[in-house]
Amino acid sequence: MIKEKEQAVVLSQERLAEGIFSMWIQTQAAKRANPGQFMSAYTEDRSRLLPRPISICEIDKDRHALRMVYRVTGEHTGTKQFSRLQTGDKIPVIGPLGNGFPLERGRGKRVFLIGGGIGVPPVLELAKQLQCENKQIVAGYRDGQTFLRESFEEHGRLYIATEDGSVGCRGNVMDAIRENGLEAELIYACGPAPMLRAVKAYAEERQLECYVSMEERMACGIGACLGCVCMSRETDSHSNVKNKRICKDGPVFLSTEVEI
Amino acid sequence: MNMAVNIAGVEWKNPVTTASGTFGSGVEFSDYVDLNRLGAVTTKGVANVPWPGNPTPRVAEVYGGMMNAIGLQNPGIELFCKRDIPFLKQYDARIIVNVCGKSEEDYCEVAERLADEPVDMLEINISCPNVKEGGIAFGQNPKAAKQITQAVKRYARQPVIMKLSPNVTDIGEMAKAVEAGGADAVSLINTLTGMKINIHRKSFVLANQTGGVSGPAIHPIAVRMVYQAAQAVKVPIIGMGGVSCAEDAIELILAGASAVSVGTANFHNPSVTMEIVDGIEEYMKQEGFERISEMVGLVR
Repeated sequence: MIKEKEQAVVLSQERLAEGIFSMWIQTQAAKRANPGQFMSAYTEDRSRLLPRPISICEIDKDRHALRMVYRVTGEHTGTKQFSRLQTGDKIPVIGPLGNGFPLERGRGKRVFLIGGGIGVPPVLELAKQLQCENKQIVAGYRDGQTFLRESFEEHGRLYIATEDGSVGCRGNVMDAIRENGLEAELIYACGPAPMLRAVKAYAEERQLECYVSMEERMACGIGACLGCVCMSRETDSHSNVKNKRICKDGPVFLSTEVEI
Repeated sequence: MNMAVNIAGVEWKNPVTTASGTFGSGVEFSDYVDLNRLGAVTTKGVANVPWPGNPTPRVAEVYGGMMNAIGLQNPGIELFCKRDIPFLKQYDARIIVNVCGKSEEDYCEVAERLADEPVDMLEINISCPNVKEGGIAFGQNPKAAKQITQAVKRYARQPVIMKLSPNVTDIGEMAKAVEAGGADAVSLINTLTGMKINIHRKSFVLANQTGGVSGPAIHPIAVRMVYQAAQAVKVPIIGMGGVSCAEDAIELILAGASAVSVGTANFHNPSVTMEIVDGIEEYMKQEGFERISEMVGLVR
């Protein structure tokens, strides 16, 4: 079956924090979606051609709906246009894309679910679906606008770090782990590269299994253009060089497979 | 009505192919495009050995298009022959292999390796702006372009398309040079060299500093250059540059292209190539054209 760009329907739009929006969309992608996958969303502005890769924050298979929580990156941007969409409007999408978090690896274990910045949202659906022994959610924010906080509290023990110290521990997610004396056997993480670098180093020091969801500028979103590669430790079987495609081979990788 | 075109002795069922580098070897896009519906698939450039490409960020969006500096990352010709050609052979579309290299010997080695492979045409990339050696170095000097064409022609068994750069003063002169070197066809335009700066970080957006600009913004330049090349040479022209709908493709054909490639538009709509085939057919019906060749270079 040939897939095509789909006109998803906006079910709701809500501002969660300064520059952070939440949009539920009705899409056929919902029935196939897994935590950690992403959607490519397109603007209707023909001068902005490239899809915006947006992580899936929640999946509601009954309503055929996905929640995308995203950051508006500035005036005159595609995400600004998304934020103006209202209930009933259409948004062109393809997806779900990429490989999500391997849920079965965390089953029955003590787990860290770490999210930082706009890497926080995909951790929510992971927290909802993961069946593990001790679900320790560590979320890092810039300031007191701790979006999705209440939702996380329903699905695990939440530890917050804020850069300005206004909520939880002052600092980053690693500071929150240290300050709270947390320990885990397995880690899932999504966030900016410096955070993932720190998480990867922490996991490797302790020889913990760790999955990181990476981010990079994308063009096609489906693995053809080679725009969004990351460096891999070994020669990759597809690229035949030490590069992996974040959109297609990831965005979630075993931390020991990639260089961050 | 017949949409078939003959490019240097190779018949395509319609004049639509994919611009090299935007479509991989078709595997990923085959989820969104019935490859049987394309005249040809033009693959991402392949070299004699694997190339890692440039550091990231490799892509950026610009108004009306994008910039890329992938740096011709490719798995090398051996894996390509083992994996990508058999994949494409499952479909009824012509296979055009884009060939890149750092030296004349590199290009010739790949052409020789492909001589006995079931591919239909070779497209020689002498116009990539994103690699330090090879690429555009051959594509901005008529003598070098002619010389590399002659060299590749000695090894190639399939018809050779020379892919030209728009980053030149006189595209007609470049087209003539490769025609004199024995090119069976020319394709143009590759991307235009651009630069984007992040004003907040006060740094280059692309790790490579410069990148190739593509997308609808460059389409009028492509139309102009295809027209100029068509006035300069007799070999068929594959036109490309910012084609995002059937109307854009038809413009290039009327300017002198016998076939068209679709590139950046694939990123905006992964099924766009099929829509362009349908749109050209619709236009031919409306305008009463029986064959594509009646449209080629009609505007003078």
